[in-house]
Amino acid sequence: MTDTKPAAPRAGLSKARAAKNAVELVMNIIFFVCGIASVLCVAAITFYMIISGTPAIKEIGLWNFLFGTEWAPTASDPKFGILPMILTSIVGTMGAILIGVPLGLFTAVFICYLTPKKLGKLLVSAVELLAGIPSVIFGLVGMIVLSPFIANVFKIPSGATLLTSMLVLAVMILPTIVSVTITSLKAVPQEYYDGSLALGATPVTSIFKMNIRAAKSGIITGIVLGVGRAIGETMAIIMVSGNVPNMPNLFKSVRFLTTGIVSEMSYSAGLHRQSLFSIGLVLFIFIFIINLILNTILKKGAKDR
Amino acid sequence: MKKLTSIIAVALMASLVLASCGDNETSSNNTESSTSGSSVIASEPSTSTSETSQEDEKLTGTVSMSGSTSMEKMAKALAESFNAKYPDVAIDIQLGGSSTGITNAQEGVSDIGNVSRDLKEDETGLVAHKVALDGIGVVVNLENPVEDLTMDQIAKIYTGEITNWSEVGGEDLEIYVVGREDGSGTRDAFESVTGVGENAQYDSLQTSTGAAKTTVATTPGAIGYVSFDSVDDTVKTLKVGGVEISTDTIKDGSYTLQRPFVMVTKEGAELSDAAQAFLDYVLSDEGQEVCVQVGLVSIN
Repeated sequence: MTDTKPAAPRAGLSKARAAKNAVELVMNIIFFVCGIASVLCVAAITFYMIISGTPAIKEIGLWNFLFGTEWAPTASDPKFGILPMILTSIVGTMGAILIGVPLGLFTAVFICYLTPKKLGKLLVSAVELLAGIPSVIFGLVGMIVLSPFIANVFKIPSGATLLTSMLVLAVMILPTIVSVTITSLKAVPQEYYDGSLALGATPVTSIFKMNIRAAKSGIITGIVLGVGRAIGETMAIIMVSGNVPNMPNLFKSVRFLTTGIVSEMSYSAGLHRQSLFSIGLVLFIFIFIINLILNTILKKGAKDR
Repeated sequence: MKKLTSIIAVALMASLVLASCGDNETSSNNTESSTSGSSVIASEPSTSTSETSQEDEKLTGTVSMSGSTSMEKMAKALAESFNAKYPDVAIDIQLGGSSTGITNAQEGVSDIGNVSRDLKEDETGLVAHKVALDGIGVVVNLENPVEDLTMDQIAKIYTGEITNWSEVGGEDLEIYVVGREDGSGTRDAFESVTGVGENAQYDSLQTSTGAAKTTVATTPGAIGYVSFDSVDDTVKTLKVGGVEISTDTIKDGSYTLQRPFVMVTKEGAELSDAAQAFLDYVLSDEGQEVCVQVGLVSIN
């Protein structure tokens, strides 16, 4: 009798422990499945893009596909050159960065250092709202407001041009650049700024020569993220770019890689459709490269610190 | 450890690429068949049989069609409503262009060839059944004073020979040429009927009729084309050679920017019961009603 008494709670304890272990195990499995799911998705997409993108490239020829200047997929002598679209995507993204980065950087500096706290909060929430606006709205405003404005200013028949697309993209990447820049500027120790002031530098000099340099890697991360967003954007620019596969020209209608896929998917057949998948593969590789660059920057930034 | 994972990842990628090369033959075939637009409208379950008579239910078999991409929408709509009546008939619609439709009908590969133009003289050995007419409206901005263009002027505008509205009796305004994307049936029809062919010079390509109309409506110097059923008052529809577009002018042929949709069968060959029934259905009032619903003009 006396022997069994201490044994009973011990059995209960081990039972509780076993139950705990079981829950632990189940949770582990659930987390494992969730973790693997996203990896599987990436692998499946990669696999699918390669499988469906390569046949057309093989048939057209890699050189003709990437460096051909004419896109006429339904002609009797079909041409599948996507160089105009590749260049448009690159030039358009660069233009958006050239316009968007200074704007975003100055906005972030203003919010962080030069504005009263209340106004700063208002600005931050405005920028956050900008990030939440669906891209089709950007396209709509670009089409109805910006495009006629551009047409009027530059005396061209229509504002559906590369320039309009760049401006729309620049506004769209602003939230990314601003919010990442704010975060990295806030991470710069206050002593840097104070020290700079103590040495006799003006506030603006201190900000630009000291804090922005210290936050460099974070700002570059924001820019690269912006590039990623700009190069992948479709809906907004299909409404303002005019969609003719011309070589990039600020005042002419152009077609981006993304809009190239969307605009012809619905009626395409055979090699034409396969070649659209190949455009997707090219775009995928672009994004892949951008991500690699981003990772390198992040790693370097971590090392610097 | 990290290196090991990245090596494994690279190896995995490489094997994926290799696998894709090895599988290439089959995978490209797969995409071919799935993307060339082949679509078997499977016989529907017997939900609608209650209203069909005993006789109708006996009709079984397959109707195979091939040809014009522009006729796909019409063919699919017809197949669907036909299947509602005869659920046991499978209708197979293959694309590939009008010429493919003619060859397939001549060689007996398909029961019916879909041809979206008049037959050429050397295309013999076929019985042509005109099933519908496809009209295309030429539209400009509401502020544009031009009312009327000849077919020749339209062709010259789209090939870039005429670049200013003053050359065709309008204001001194640069012409902004709006069209549809490659593969669009309306674009194909417009370019073949006007004779522009592949020489068209576009300033803007839109991906839908609505987008094309919006572009024309918001651009003062624009000209565009839309299918007959989507002509409305957000844009101004021009007369072609002095004739206004309407169901009547398309039917009597005086409006020239139109093309026929023709279903061809092999001359002298006995059609299967299912194919004959389908063809009869298409030409019946009911079938013509379906054609009108997809934006065409009935032949009756």
